[in-house]
Amino acid sequence: MEKRKTRWHIVVFLAPAVLVYSALMIFPLFGTLQLSFFDKIDQQQVFVGLDNFRTLFFNARWFDSFWNALKNNTWFFVVHMLVQNPVGVMLAAILSSKVVWFSAFFRTAFFIPTILSFVIVGFAWKLILSPIWGIAPDLLDLVGLKSLFLPYLGLEGTALTTLALISVWQFVGIPMMLIYASLLSIPEEVLEAAECDGITGFAAFWKIKLPLIWPSIGIISILTFVGNFNSFDLIYTTQGGLAGPNYSTDVLGSLLYRTFFGFQTQIGDINMGATLSVVMFGIILAGVSFYLFAIQSRMRRYQF
Amino acid sequence: MNKVKHNPLNILAVHAILVIYTVIALFPVVVIILNSFKTRKAIFREPLALPNADSFSLAGYETVLKQGDYFGYFQNSMIVTVVSLFFILLFGAMAAFALSEYRFKGNTLMGLYLAIGIMIPIRLGTVSILQIMVASGLVNTLTALILVYTASGLPLAIFILSEFMRQVSADLKDAGRIDGLSEYRIFFFLVLPLVRPALATVAVFNMIPIWNDLWFPLILASGEETKTLTLGSQVFIGQFVTDWNAVLSGLSMAILPVMLLYIIFSKQLIRGITSGAVK
Repeated sequence: MEKRKTRWHIVVFLAPAVLVYSALMIFPLFGTLQLSFFDKIDQQQVFVGLDNFRTLFFNARWFDSFWNALKNNTWFFVVHMLVQNPVGVMLAAILSSKVVWFSAFFRTAFFIPTILSFVIVGFAWKLILSPIWGIAPDLLDLVGLKSLFLPYLGLEGTALTTLALISVWQFVGIPMMLIYASLLSIPEEVLEAAECDGITGFAAFWKIKLPLIWPSIGIISILTFVGNFNSFDLIYTTQGGLAGPNYSTDVLGSLLYRTFFGFQTQIGDINMGATLSVVMFGIILAGVSFYLFAIQSRMRRYQF
Repeated sequence: MNKVKHNPLNILAVHAILVIYTVIALFPVVVIILNSFKTRKAIFREPLALPNADSFSLAGYETVLKQGDYFGYFQNSMIVTVVSLFFILLFGAMAAFALSEYRFKGNTLMGLYLAIGIMIPIRLGTVSILQIMVASGLVNTLTALILVYTASGLPLAIFILSEFMRQVSADLKDAGRIDGLSEYRIFFFLVLPLVRPALATVAVFNMIPIWNDLWFPLILASGEETKTLTLGSQVFIGQFVTDWNAVLSGLSMAILPVMLLYIIFSKQLIRGITSGAVK
């Protein structure tokens, strides 16, 4: 048999994508991993093994910042899971029901916040919640709750939750659309069969549709997880690099930014920045693997 | 089939929820845009009123146009977004074609290698990316941003496009081969036009995150010449915190282009998401 020639066109087709992707995505990840094992001593990068990780986890000052950011980030994620996803599912369920008029209009409108940049969203809410402008207190006054108004973004106790809710407001469109899509893909016959058995409306949602959309809810949860654990923009825009008040809104992304570039009192540190990136990578990888092996494999899928 | 009777009260309640949520979703945007057309006094006295002959003012926009180089920022954003999208689509489609069309050693492995990037945020490699850009003298150039966005957009693009390319009929390609078309011609003239809807979906998905990104412009291209609209408005608004007219107008000017893009592409975007392309 004749030996096959190298099929050069395959190489030509693959090369540009593989080169760009390897050079700016895979290589930097390894580069970052490598930097985390080095430290700058006398202007020289010196191999220090796991010393940077030891510093991050056992040096009280570093560990406090890291732990604070991790805790805040976890709460940020919990708020998304508790508010964003249920609200998204509810809106999708309503939009997919046949009794709704102008459903295309509502769908388009609900997605608008999602397309805006964090800069727009951050500043817009900062202005609205600002005690100087007074829109928020005025609105609360309309419903007789003016006494509830606080400078939410300025208080240590409320700033993080407020930011999380702003982010929920922005991104609720994504779970809504994905759930909407999977609700539409449920075959008519299944719902009609349920109707014949007298299961309609709310009961049909709980008993028939919800079990069928669990896989989509799972995907949304993992997307939310990855997005939340590398969020930075919203916090930087509204609270600045110091993630105030008193670091109460610091998340891993903003801590990474400060570690890497330095901020006011602190000088930037490439090696600690790399170390923190590696730890964040580990957290995201752990979350994704947990989802893939522990949750997705146990989820029941239905084929029609 | 007998139509199930719906309780009119339920229908009313459902629409009430939808209207309330529409107000929640649009209120901040509307308030910002409305107030950007008012005098400073009116902004504070009646923030919720429409601008009228008395309170109408374009003072904010004048400041924005004089102080901030919004057209420059807009142009930068436009170049970065369009060029990145072009390369994501071209390189992504080429790689997707190779993976879906040819059987070769390491095909599956290559597919997996290219898919890793779907789950990993490119931001985690920032430290190294900055070093690479410094070493190659690309800091403060739009090229740096284009390269980074192309790299980060490729994994999902290849994944989606190869799914679509598997559905292109093999007979058609074989007919082309019998007619003596080269593999390149088959790709560019037969396959690419057939996957246009998928290309549009990928473009729309990548467009918004690239346009809105703050992290990489801040780190790789923060010079005045290379500021994107997102970074430009961030810096502009940060400087003018006390000039409410300017801040509100600056925000409105940042909202405007995205809204236009959204109105043009919303059908495509929503169809893309609901077709299950991202599962």
